Amino acid sequence: MLRTMTPQKAAGYAVLAVICTVSLLPIWMAFKTAITFPSDVFSTADQLGMDRWTFGNFPRVLGLPSSVEPPASSGAPINFMIALRNSIIYTGLLVTGQLFFSSMAAYAFARLRFPGRDTIFYAIIAATMIPSIVLFIPNFVLVRQLGLLNSFAGMVAPSILMLPFAVFFLRQFFLTTPKELEEAARLDGLHWFQVYWHIALPLQRGPMATLAILLSIQAWNDFFWPFLVGQGEGTQVMAVALANFQSQSGQGQPDWTGLMAAVMLSIIPVLFLLIFFGRRIVESLQTSGMK
Amino acid sequence: MTARADLVSHRESMPESRRRSALRRKEAIVGYLFILPALIGLILFYVLPTLRAAQISMTSWNLMRPAKWVGFENYTKLWADGQFWDSMWITLLYVMYNIPVQTALGLLIAVLADRLAKSVTFRAVIIAPYLISNVVAGLVWLLMLDPLIGVTNSFLGLIGIGPQAFLSSPDQSLVSVAAISIWRHVGFTALLFYAGLQSIPRDLYEAARLDGASEFAMFRLITLPLLRPVLVFVLVTSVVGSFQIFDVIAVTTQGGPADSTRAVLWYIYENAFKFSRMGYASAMSMVLFVILILVTLLQMRLLRGDQSDLG
Repeated sequence: MLRTMTPQKAAGYAVLAVICTVSLLPIWMAFKTAITFPSDVFSTADQLGMDRWTFGNFPRVLGLPSSVEPPASSGAPINFMIALRNSIIYTGLLVTGQLFFSSMAAYAFARLRFPGRDTIFYAIIAATMIPSIVLFIPNFVLVRQLGLLNSFAGMVAPSILMLPFAVFFLRQFFLTTPKELEEAARLDGLHWFQVYWHIALPLQRGPMATLAILLSIQAWNDFFWPFLVGQGEGTQVMAVALANFQSQSGQGQPDWTGLMAAVMLSIIPVLFLLIFFGRRIVESLQTSGMK
Repeated sequence: MTARADLVSHRESMPESRRRSALRRKEAIVGYLFILPALIGLILFYVLPTLRAAQISMTSWNLMRPAKWVGFENYTKLWADGQFWDSMWITLLYVMYNIPVQTALGLLIAVLADRLAKSVTFRAVIIAPYLISNVVAGLVWLLMLDPLIGVTNSFLGLIGIGPQAFLSSPDQSLVSVAAISIWRHVGFTALLFYAGLQSIPRDLYEAARLDGASEFAMFRLITLPLLRPVLVFVLVTSVVGSFQIFDVIAVTTQGGPADSTRAVLWYIYENAFKFSRMGYASAMSMVLFVILILVTLLQMRLLRGDQSDLG
């Protein structure tokens, strides 16, 4: 086949170039605004680049001493340092629990025989059909009755023990791994939990790492549930803090440079994961979807 | 050592069938222990809340006073609530703006990438918006679409279109919210289609090309039919997902201006968490649940989701 540049091909490349630009331009504009002096926002609004720039907005929204003065119109500052810490705690707790409990369940669904196994597994898959709002109202009531509003326990409770996607994802991998090694370990007298912990799980290091990345991104981005039960300053995660920061400005112009600096703080960890684990993320999303 | 030897000889003395059933029973108990946390999670945070939601929907309850049983009153009220049906209509419009564009564009990107850009870098670029949260996507586009400082108007100006109000105009707000969602999701949709394309045997295209088929004919007669399982998955999940649009609205328009983006989830949220009408909000969420099940079944029926063309 000849590798020639036909007009159709050129048009195809042009479309792909536009798609890439549209994907990344908003992220660039957010970054550009984050490193703009608050006083320059309006004068540089329609420029894609800038003449002068500053990292001063970052310490400013983190509650640290900064060379950059906040714009006069902005309301009470939100301390994104605490929100950042909360996001890290929330994500760490949730993902650790989800990996542990879901891998245990996935292992049992793939390897052990017990009555009702498949029924329970399908019930878990069917649970993804329930719209979140149906669950949020009673779950909110429950968490409130338990006195867990504005606590990390209340925020992680509904999804730490069981996440259908995680169970489904890992079960697939356990099913496609030969079980001879595990059977040999059983004959050697290892208990089931030891087989799972020392033999089966280490074999799934790759899928577990992939899942950890996907779940971390998902937990980092969680909004609706933390928004309902974690509004307090001590538990407010980045997404919730960002939404509150924006809504504080009401009808007036928000503190754009501060808002975008905070937005970048929330994007950067995810972009790092994408840069370092791009292939892993792309290939796992491609084959399994993410819910 | 001796104890273990005793155990073995004891086991060996047992009849084969009894020994096996004892092992089976032990395996079953271990199995239940392994899934116990997940099972508790399923029951406590999925099964019981669904039942509880149905129960709450039969009450009048503001969280302060004890719930009062009202039977189907919330449902009859809902039936006559014009605002609820308005919010359903807004949601439906949103889905109709969102899904066709997202699906068609995703398909186009996937086909082009399959032919011209097979590198993982390209896929990583188009997936980037999907990996950042809805909240951040909403805020970034709030900046991009701002009538005063947004660059979108600058770009439109280049092709001779005057400044638009976007999110602050009742006529454009819903389309703008849909555009933000498309921006965030289209790369993911394209990625799923791209994966589907990889599983289509290449020699089908070679054969068709030898028969002189055009690109479009190959797309219509080979690609589309063989991609149908992926298409069904994408459509079902994205339609159900977009019926539940909330995050972007929460950070951009908050249902406004003039209720033009008050989608059903926002309306339910306001009732439950702003006005503490737990019973009424639950009734609406149950109705939404039923509607989503019907929409899914309808899609499966229309797209013959349970059948394959390869076979």
